[in-house]
Amino acid sequence: MKALVAVKRVIDYNVKIRVKQDNSGVEKENVKMSMNPFDEIAVEEAIRLKEKNLIDEIVVVSIGSDNVQETIRSALAMGADRGILVKTENELEPLAVAKILKYFVEKEESDITILGKQAIDDDYNQTGQILAGLLNYPQATFASKVIKEDNAMLVTREIDGGLETLKINLPCIITTDLRLNEPRYASLPNIMKAKSKPIDIIELKELNLEITNRLEILEVKAPPERGGSVKMLDNYNELIDVLKNKEGIL
Amino acid sequence: MSCLVIAELENGTPNRPSLATISASLELESTIDLLVFNPDKIDEIKKIKNVKKIYSFKNKIDNLLAEDLVNCLKQIAANYKYIIAPSGTFSKNFIPRLAANLDLQPITDIIKIHDKNTFDRPIYAGNAIATVRSHDKTIMLTVRGTAFQPFAQDGGSAEVELLPDLLEGNHSKFINKEITKSERPELSSAKIIVSGGRGVGSKDNFKIIEELADKLNAAIGASRAAVDAGYISNDYQVGQTGKVVAPELYIAVGISGAIQHLAGMKDSKVIVAINKDEDAPIFQVADYGLVGDLFTTIPEITKEI
Repeated sequence: MKALVAVKRVIDYNVKIRVKQDNSGVEKENVKMSMNPFDEIAVEEAIRLKEKNLIDEIVVVSIGSDNVQETIRSALAMGADRGILVKTENELEPLAVAKILKYFVEKEESDITILGKQAIDDDYNQTGQILAGLLNYPQATFASKVIKEDNAMLVTREIDGGLETLKINLPCIITTDLRLNEPRYASLPNIMKAKSKPIDIIELKELNLEITNRLEILEVKAPPERGGSVKMLDNYNELIDVLKNKEGIL
Repeated sequence: MSCLVIAELENGTPNRPSLATISASLELESTIDLLVFNPDKIDEIKKIKNVKKIYSFKNKIDNLLAEDLVNCLKQIAANYKYIIAPSGTFSKNFIPRLAANLDLQPITDIIKIHDKNTFDRPIYAGNAIATVRSHDKTIMLTVRGTAFQPFAQDGGSAEVELLPDLLEGNHSKFINKEITKSERPELSSAKIIVSGGRGVGSKDNFKIIEELADKLNAAIGASRAAVDAGYISNDYQVGQTGKVVAPELYIAVGISGAIQHLAGMKDSKVIVAINKDEDAPIFQVADYGLVGDLFTTIPEITKEI
């Protein structure tokens, strides 16, 4: 049994985003980058399945420029076995990413493919579902609990207002939600060990996939400012008064 | 060519986010078709103005699986210029899968329509807004319900087409569902949210937050710090990696205002911050601030409101 996990390198979630002056995107120069937090949860879940001897190998796939190797390396340090980097300088959309991942799910014959439910940069929340659609595999999105049962996975999902449990046959696609697990920190010995784990580097064009972006980003703006206008109140009576009489909310 | 809106219902008729989605759709096309999964109140739904046709099923369908739904929808959807649904866990589960079948790239969470194929959507948890143009032949969208007014005009007389029952696939099976039985409104759709941070100090102290929330008929939220400290479970977490909310009133209690929290709540209409530290960054995004001890202030507010 094999698990494939897709990871994305994104701006660290604790960094305050700055929009570029020319409105072409957000500033990424000299900004701390990390693995997308939902993908860390995906890597952790694969490792837990491996620790239960339910799977034998964890392959981590990422897409991007050379420095994405760092992100793959941190997944290897957590406990994944090997990595694949698909090299491209272009920023790809979920449909394009899913087409690349489909290639590797099929090539590696992945039984359980795990992705974060969304990347915290573009916030699309699509890639896992598109991948499942392209492969015509069963899907369980926004997972908060994953149990293997015979040749299927029992997955509890976060839905509006509660939880739902599905049973999906293998091979399958799972996307992770926040509550699924708490990712481990890589220990120093494991970080050292990860340095000798293999990462295959493949140029995107070598895959001969038909990939075009369908969307055009015309501009990226900062959201309307709301800072600097706080009205400090002296006591709770004043607060109740403004909420009732000025804002008309209460 | 026209527009198909896949609506979610509450007590048989389109819920608020779905009505907002109808408003957004009518900015794109003069009439729309609706798909609903419960025919019980279809006579009422028919009256919504500018709805031409309603697709439904013979009986109410609960526990829809994305796989089965997409298999049914892919034929119908191919005929439309737009396929639109309210943003939420329901649509996010099946819209991308449907897109894969039609070779389309959906745009999730639109908050503004510029023209027939150009839209604004938040990225980086709302810390930036991207203007995006689609070059797809069919444009698939999900709509942030808080960004559009709910559609409220009637006088329509839509025709109804009942679709054949969904075929159940062999590879996915619904097992069960636990809907949280809370008297409180849900975090992502609540009008008012009272949110607690590390300043609340303990799990027991969160009762203070709960009491105020109940008095206001509000949902409860929490910062990551409060969740990490174990005061409350993480399904209440508001923030970049938790839930992104935009209620009419957000009351932040004992929350310092880490970037990751602000990303999840700064689109709220009115933000009130109550904190004992007057330098807390939360005051920079708040509309109203109160410096004080939450353990005396909050119970007083609860009593007086």
